[in-house]
This record gives sequence, structure tokens and C-alpha cells, in this order.
Amino acid sequence: MQFLLDGLIAGASVGLGAIGVTLTYSVLRFSNFAHGDFMAWGAYAALVVVGFIGGSTPLGPFSFGLPLILALMVAMGLTSGMALALDWALFARLRARGQAIIVVMASFGASMALRSLLEFIFTSRPTYFSRSIQMAMPVGFGVKITADQVAMLVLTLCLVVGVHLMMTRTQRGREMRAYAQNPALARVVGIDVDRVVRSTWVIGASLACASGVMVGVLVQIRPLMGLSLLLPIFAAAILGGIGSVPGAVLAGVIIGLSEAAAVQFIGAEWRAAVAFVILMGVLLIRPTGLFGVTER
Amino acid sequence: MILEVKDLVAGYEPGLPIVKGASMQAGAGEIVVILGPNGAGKSSFIKAIAGLVPVTSGQVLLDGQDITATPAHQMIRRGLAFVPQTENIFPLMTVQENLAVCGGILDRHEVAGRIDEMFATFPDLARQRALMAGSLSGGQRQMLAVARALLVRPRVLMLDEPSAGLSPKLVGQVFEGLQAIRERGLTIVLVEQNARAALAIGDRAYVLVEGREAHEGPARTLWDNPLIAELYLGSKGHAVSA
Amino acid sequence: MIDLLGYGAFFLSTALIFGLIALGLNLQWGLTGLFNVGIAGFVAVGAYTSAVLTSPDAADRVGGFDWPILAGWLAASLVAGAVAAFTGYATLRLKSDYLAITTFGVAVVVQLVALNAQGLTGGPFGVAFIPRPFASVQSDPVLFNFANLGVVVAVTLAVYLALERLSRSPWGRVLRALREDERAAIALGKSAQSYRVQAFAVGGGIMGLAGAVQAHFIGFIAPDNYLPTLTFEVWAMLMVGGSGSNRGAVLGAVVVWAIWVGSGALTAAVVPGDLQARAASLQIVAIGVMLCLILLWRPQGFFGARK
Repeated sequence: MQFLLDGLIAGASVGLGAIGVTLTYSVLRFSNFAHGDFMAWGAYAALVVVGFIGGSTPLGPFSFGLPLILALMVAMGLTSGMALALDWALFARLRARGQAIIVVMASFGASMALRSLLEFIFTSRPTYFSRSIQMAMPVGFGVKITADQVAMLVLTLCLVVGVHLMMTRTQRGREMRAYAQNPALARVVGIDVDRVVRSTWVIGASLACASGVMVGVLVQIRPLMGLSLLLPIFAAAILGGIGSVPGAVLAGVIIGLSEAAAVQFIGAEWRAAVAFVILMGVLLIRPTGLFGVTER
Repeated sequence: MILEVKDLVAGYEPGLPIVKGASMQAGAGEIVVILGPNGAGKSSFIKAIAGLVPVTSGQVLLDGQDITATPAHQMIRRGLAFVPQTENIFPLMTVQENLAVCGGILDRHEVAGRIDEMFATFPDLARQRALMAGSLSGGQRQMLAVARALLVRPRVLMLDEPSAGLSPKLVGQVFEGLQAIRERGLTIVLVEQNARAALAIGDRAYVLVEGREAHEGPARTLWDNPLIAELYLGSKGHAVSA
Repeated sequence: MIDLLGYGAFFLSTALIFGLIALGLNLQWGLTGLFNVGIAGFVAVGAYTSAVLTSPDAADRVGGFDWPILAGWLAASLVAGAVAAFTGYATLRLKSDYLAITTFGVAVVVQLVALNAQGLTGGPFGVAFIPRPFASVQSDPVLFNFANLGVVVAVTLAVYLALERLSRSPWGRVLRALREDERAAIALGKSAQSYRVQAFAVGGGIMGLAGAVQAHFIGFIAPDNYLPTLTFEVWAMLMVGGSGSNRGAVLGAVVVWAIWVGSGALTAAVVPGDLQARAASLQIVAIGVMLCLILLWRPQGFFGARK
């Protein structure tokens, strides 16, 4: 049964990443191939900030202390700043020309550059927030969970609920949904498009950063971590239905669980194929995904 | 004059203007109707005023202030509201959310009150406030779009063919509604294909031909103008039956 | 001098094989507007197909079919084309982004199969002893390199001429019309989709052929040859050359490959050994930035025919 928990945790980080992809897709209308690299950059940013703050004793049963929590917040800001800068320098200019697929290509080029820049700065060797080994607590049915895993699941839950409430209850969220549905009408009713675009990048990049830090805490940090999560993230965004935040998270968990099941019953080496199989299934059977309303 | 448009030239591609130097004026509390044959640039004219079609030259003045280069999303803050002809609601949001979506323009604590006032004005919408706007009928959608435009207390309301696609009975209701809105002192600019119905409530009318205004006059006498008779010869019968 | 000539032939052969891949991409992207982020996958499918069909018997995987090289190349094009056709069929009725995402997935899965299906692909060790054309003159490196170059030039030229002809044919005109005018595409409906699938399949077939030619040129293949960097390099080549132009695709391949090899040699000579891995990643950063700059400032590329 342990694989169910492993899948849930892996699915949580996929889901957080997929929220960003689904929002960028529905608001800015392009699939951002650099989104995985936002995760990696977020994780490294947090690593650097932790290094600046210096060592401290871990909090209670966790492997991390206050510095990491602080670093996560700073890193979310830094990752958002990077996304906004990239949009200003590249995506916004190409978007203005109106060819969506050129923006996709630019994100592909940016992705390659961002990833290799990480390899240049930090080398491709994996690194860790903490090297301490954590004790896993049994929680019944033969399942064991570490304190870090609990913390990360709680973090995911808070972020997802927070973003969902923001999208459904706040003025900014309404404006984002309105713009996603009809950009021209959104302008007519007085919605500031630049502000909507900024919000989208900040939310997407912050969640990507959180997801990257999560993977960093639970597994490891390496420049390719974003690339290897990109396919599951895209698959989750499409399975959940483009534009749907709860859909992205649920689909992320479904993909995490399926991957864990594949590892358990088929073999760990085929794990990366699971997302592709699910993606093809969705595209062939129900391209609007679980919660998608329109196919765009 | 509340709204003054001088020699507006506008179009999507440089060198290919659709509006070729059109002018118009609208006074406080006036209903101004813009007529013209298909392809005359009526719709582009009103969209250019609203900031949705790039303007190459000319001027738009709102209450004496130049708003020509204002981005579309700022227009409503300046007091100029526009209701597009089609796709003028957000179908995947509730009726209430469709109204609340432009709440960012008002004071935060004022929004709920204004939405209630709109529901009081349009009781039909109040009954359906929790429904997805996409499930509304054509007339109700039009009503919702107008209510949303009025929510932020504009001084000028511009509508692009509000009667398009509606049954004759609904057309009557929409135009009665517009008259009621005008009673409150709002200026209304209306682009219409349905000339007869529009002229019946209009104060003044402009006829646009090939991107320029070819005629201007009081709405009630315009119908007898030979130019109109010629332009609407084919569609006159239709206009009557509508 | 003789060495230099031999190296020149070797360099040009490698560059032209990239040019061949770029020609396939130009058919998909330049002519039809289909975005393929999984080029490495289609190249790998071709390379492995031909390698498995033509190489001698090996102990731990299927093999020993001993097909003639040309038959292997034909099979490589057909199999890679079929994979591309299926990818296109599954996604081309949807938004163009979905094709991009799916091709990305194809490359991931092909890489996975190459690594893990040891019985078919030899796993991480790859396939060796792939027969090389002109193996009999291998003892004379210059002659051997030039003979290989001759083969590569012949294949590239044949594909180039065929594509030029195709793009001027009614078929090519339909593809261009579909790319230029979305409304025409919608009006054509199902048959528009079928045209696009055909273009995508033919482009994928050319990539597969290029993979096979390269496999037989080097004589040995492994999963590491088909990483996302390959996809990225080919995109840079087409964008530098000018998408939409077959001539630009080939010229762009030669130029970008020269920059790539040259900057690689330069870092190898200048940068100390322990920093070379880092310098190599900086090379990729530079190409990524270049790709973005071209998109921003010179989307028509540098060598394409004027439109």
C-alpha cells in the first residue's frame, strides 16, 4: 500500500506545477515549455537563500528549519520575478504579434537556455537541502510516512485551496477567468490586461517554485528536475481540463498514483511513460479533460 | 456636448481605413442612432470610439477631454461604456459574477450595493443570479450586458446592434428599456440595422456611408429623407416587419 | 592537408545529415506550420529500425536479419513516418499546442524504450556493428570519408529536390494555404486534417531516414545520441536558415553545426578540463538565447529565399 502514499506525494508536486501550466494556457494561450524550469530555478533559488541565511537547527521532527520556510517565500518572489522578466523580454513581444505557436517555440528555446544555465552555475550533480535521514512513522496498513512528507502535503493543500479561493472569490480571480473566456470582452468591461497577465505569471511561478522546493526536500535538486516533470505536468493540465485549478490538482494526483502503480507492478524504469499513455488516452477519448468545458 | 467625434479615421491595417473621417456629436441625455448600409463601417466606427479599433487620425472628446488614445480597458473608467453585438457576456460565469467582474472600477464596498441596484432594475436577472450566464436566453444576455455596462455609472452608453438576433417582441422590450435608461440622463449611442425601431426612440441620427457620415438630422424626420429611402429600399420591408 | 580534407568531408557529412533532419522539420513547420518538439524521437526511431534490421546477430537482443543497407533505410523512413502519422492523427484535430506536447512525449517515450527495452535496442549500450557503406575502403580514411560524404550528399540532394518539387505541387500549395488561412483550413475540415497528417508523416519519415543514414555513417548508436539537445539544435538550424526554405534548412544546418563544433573546439582548447562540462552547458545557453533573439528580430532567418 506504500505506493499509494508515494503516488499521492509525487502527484502533489505534479499538481502544483500543472496549476501554473493550466493558467498560462488558459489566460496567455500558450503551453509554456519553460514551466518545468521555473520549478528547478525555484528550488535552486531557495537553496541559495538558505545558504545565505546560514545553518540552523531543524524544527521538531522535520529535516528543515525556519530558514527554509523563509527561503521558500523569498524564492517564490524571485521565481515570479524571473517569469515576469522573461515575459517582458520575450513572450509579451511575441504575443503582440499574434502567432501563438511562435510563443510556444520561444518558451522551448528559453527552457533549454534556463536549464543549461543552471547546469553551468551549479553543475549537473544533484544536491540536497538536508542530508539527514528521516524516520518514517507507521500510520497503519503497512504505510509509513515521514514528517517532511506530511509537511509537504499540508503545504500543497494550503496552496491549492488558497489559489482556488483566489480564483473563485476575489476580484483578481474573476478578472483572470473573464480574460481567459474572452480577452476582447474583458478589455471592454474595463479589465486591465497587463494586471491579469502579471497575476498569472506570479501565481504560476510561485506554485512552480513551491513544487520544486517540495521535490528538493523530499527527493533531490538537480537542473533536469523540471524537464523530467514537464510531461507529467502537461498531461495533468490536459487531463484536468485546461483552465481548471481543481482539475489540474486532481489530475496531478491521478498521474502520481498511476506512476507509483507502474513502478510497483511494471517496473521503475517505465515510470516516465505513464504520463504519455494518459496524455494519449485523454487526447483520443476526451480532449477537453475531466473538467474542461471548451476545447481551445 | 458630452461626446464629440471629429474626423475619425480608423482600421485594423495601416493604409486600409474602414472609417474614413467620420464625425458625430451626442448631447447629455440624447439617444443618437447611427444607421447605414452593410459594410458602411458603423460597427468599426463605434468600436474605434471605444478604443477597440486602432485610430489613425481624428479625435474623440468625452466631456471636452481627449480620450482618443485611451486603451479600451480605461474607457469605462472615463465614463464611456460599450456593449458589443455578440459574445457580450462571460458564459462560464454566473450572472452575478458577470456583474461583479467590472467591480474593480468601483470602490470595493460599493460593488455589492450597485449589483443589488442592477438586480432591482432588471428583476429577470435577479431571479437567475446564480445561473451560468451561458444558459440565459438571447434577450436576457443582452439585458445582462447592458446591466453590466450601467453598473459603473457611465455617462455615455454605446451599443452595437442590441436588437440583432432578437424576436420582434424582445426588440420592443430592449428599446423600451433603453428609453427608460435615457430618462435618468444617460447619453446613448446606438448602431442599428433595425432602422425603424431605432429611429422611433432616437433623438438624432447619423447615416454612415462608406466610412463617412452622409447625413445628420432629427431621428423622426430622417425616415422621410430620400437618401434613407434609397439606402433602405431593400430592407425597408424587413424593418417594418421587425 | 590530407587530414584536413578528410576532416572536412567528415564535418560536412555530419552537417548534411543535420540538414536532412532540418529538411524534414521544414516540411512540418516551414511549409505546414506544425510544431514538433520531439525531433530526437523520430530520428531515433529511424536509426534503431535500420540498425536492428541490418546489423549482424547479437547475443542479447533480436537481430541478425542482415538486411541490405538500403532496405534498412527504407524501413527506417516507413516506421518513423508511421509513428509521426499516428502522432498527427491523434492530435491534429485539436489545438496546435497539443501536437507540440505530444511530440515532446514521443521523444521521452522513445528515449525510454531505447534505454530499457534491452531485447530490442540493446539498452544503454546501444547497437554496434551497424554495417557501414564502403566498409571495404575503411583503411583509407580520406577515401572512406569522401565516399561517405558522396552518399550523404546524394541522399540530401534527392530529398531536397523531392521536397522542392512537392512544395510546388498542388499538394504543397494546399499545405501552404492551410497554414496561411485558418478559415480555409476549417472550411476544408476533415481533409485539411488529413493533409496535415500526411505532411507530418512525410516529415517524420525524412527524420527517420536521416537517423538511419547517421547510424550507418557512425556504425554505432546509443540512447545518448537522441537527447532533447538534438531537437533543439535542429530547431536552431532551421530558424537560422529561415523556416519555409529548403535551401535555408540545409545552409542553416551547416552554419549552426560549424558554430557548434567550432565553439566546442574553442572551449576544449581554452577552458581547463574540469570546467569543460560547464562550458558545454554555456554553449547550449548561447544557442537558446540565439533562438529567442532570432524569433524576436529576424523570424525569417538568414538564408531563406526572399518572399
